[in-house]
Amino acid sequence: MAAITDIPVAKSPEPPTAIELKHRRQALRSSILRYGLLTIVGLIMIYPLIWLIGASFKTNAEMFSSAGFWPKEPTLSGYIEGWQTSTPYTFGKFFVNTLWIIIPKTIGTAISCTLVAYGFARFEFPGKKFLFATVIATLLLPNVVTRIPQYLLFRDIGWLDSFLPLWVPSALAGDAFFVFMVIQFLRAIPRDMEEAARVDGATTLQTLIYIVVPMLMPALISVCLFQFMWTMNDFLGPLIYISSVEKYPVSLALKLSIDTTEAFAWNQILAMSVLALAPSLIVFFMAQKYFIEGISSGGVKG
Amino acid sequence: MGGESKWMGLWYVSPYVIGLLLFTAFPFLASFYLSFTDYDLLNKPEWVGLHNYEKLFTRDRTFDKSLKVTLIYVFTTVPLKLAFALFIAVVLNYRLKAINLFRTAYYVPSILGGSVAIAVLWRYIFADTGLVNIMLGSLGMEPINWFGDPENALFTITLLRCWQFGSAMVIFLAALQSVDKSLYEAAAIDGAGPWKIFRHITLPLITPVIFFNLIMQTVQAFQEFNGPYIITDGGPMKSTYLLPLYIYDKAFKSFDMGYASAIAWVLFAIIMVLTLIAFWSSKKWVYYAGDKRS
Repeated sequence: MAAITDIPVAKSPEPPTAIELKHRRQALRSSILRYGLLTIVGLIMIYPLIWLIGASFKTNAEMFSSAGFWPKEPTLSGYIEGWQTSTPYTFGKFFVNTLWIIIPKTIGTAISCTLVAYGFARFEFPGKKFLFATVIATLLLPNVVTRIPQYLLFRDIGWLDSFLPLWVPSALAGDAFFVFMVIQFLRAIPRDMEEAARVDGATTLQTLIYIVVPMLMPALISVCLFQFMWTMNDFLGPLIYISSVEKYPVSLALKLSIDTTEAFAWNQILAMSVLALAPSLIVFFMAQKYFIEGISSGGVKG
Repeated sequence: MGGESKWMGLWYVSPYVIGLLLFTAFPFLASFYLSFTDYDLLNKPEWVGLHNYEKLFTRDRTFDKSLKVTLIYVFTTVPLKLAFALFIAVVLNYRLKAINLFRTAYYVPSILGGSVAIAVLWRYIFADTGLVNIMLGSLGMEPINWFGDPENALFTITLLRCWQFGSAMVIFLAALQSVDKSLYEAAAIDGAGPWKIFRHITLPLITPVIFFNLIMQTVQAFQEFNGPYIITDGGPMKSTYLLPLYIYDKAFKSFDMGYASAIAWVLFAIIMVLTLIAFWSSKKWVYYAGDKRS
């Protein structure tokens, strides 16, 4: 629909003809309509988040009486009391736990995806076609069907209530989506430089580290950012595997505070929700280019 | 680089192979086996044949309800979300100066996606005296009992997922932007109107991406857990008790691993059948130009 008005209107020195005028009027009307619609929808989309930030500074009494953003009597009590939690730990502890899940998991994902994508995109080996088909199959395989035996497996090797069930599958290239994304990215890169390096006597591993990895950087950054976000948001994984409060990540701690905070301490929960969303929002706004590129090129769940 | 021994590539993909065997292939087969057993974690799994499935389909009222709710949820959420994502992508696909700003604004909810904090937010804005009802009130409308009424609760979860249309929209937008502009010009010269152009040129050209989004969103919607678990805990009157919640309760609350595996396999079978139907029907409606994308 858009593109009819994309036809460039000829810039002629003569006065515009009636048809040109009509086109320009149509283009203007279309622009106004689009901007208007997009702005309204955008506000509806974003307002809940803005309201959340405002509400976290409100008193409990005010929260459910006005739809406005600005608190009438701004207070930090939600943050101060919410931070303490009803457990022996503060939210600081839960943020540290979350980081302690995310960092090894993300590093493991990046390293394993690089190795595996290099293997698939640059070598011929027996069973390659079949193995690549399993990458696609895993991409579509619902986790719900493997979750119970995975739990039993981790129980039998004594990994329950540790971060290992969250780290190890990712370190073994378990996130098929990322593997697929890096393979596709690597396939689009010409091999000339790698071949030159091989002729000069570099081993495949040296070629990977010094030639391929620098070129893969944009894809790897996307992988790390998505893994960061998803792990930050992950709830079911920790819910199943982590049982002691001392090891809770933010997502579980937040659920715990919903269940245990007295029914009238809403602003504590909202304040902690703002803090829980903050890392993701900051990372997204710092690096949104990589998100949009990653998602447009590979297609992503979400 | 064909000079290497043919095992070199296999060495590089070995982490994947180990992970595939340990965390995907083995659990996949094991859960199929478990679905024919009675297993409470304390005693060894005991083979019971088709008993779990027989019970599921003939005597389990909770399963009937949960299955029904799941199907309603998937078949409302996926079309609504995709239609909205496509609509916004089409509106955005224009020489607007602020296109990046809008794209970012629409994408933010997807990034925060399934986080607990967003579920918390949803609980508050749809509460009886929450943001949405205050706004409805100021428009002179009656407040709606979003979570208390079984008729509305599931729809409120659907709205949460539709709110996160951003990632589907970004994929649609990328596809729309790759459509060859000269096709539009040719059609416009032939006198085709905007709707005709959209219907007969744009839509066929982006069918591969519609297909991709359809599959991914459907597989995902069938596995929805965080929203209903945190916001409504499956209630009221099990109106948001999706199958993944039932599986979770059976497996990790009642420790009925065999029965939970059977439910998981029924859910898996439904997803598989629908995916196969989609792939089969795609020959009729998905248009692939010379270059196969997505």
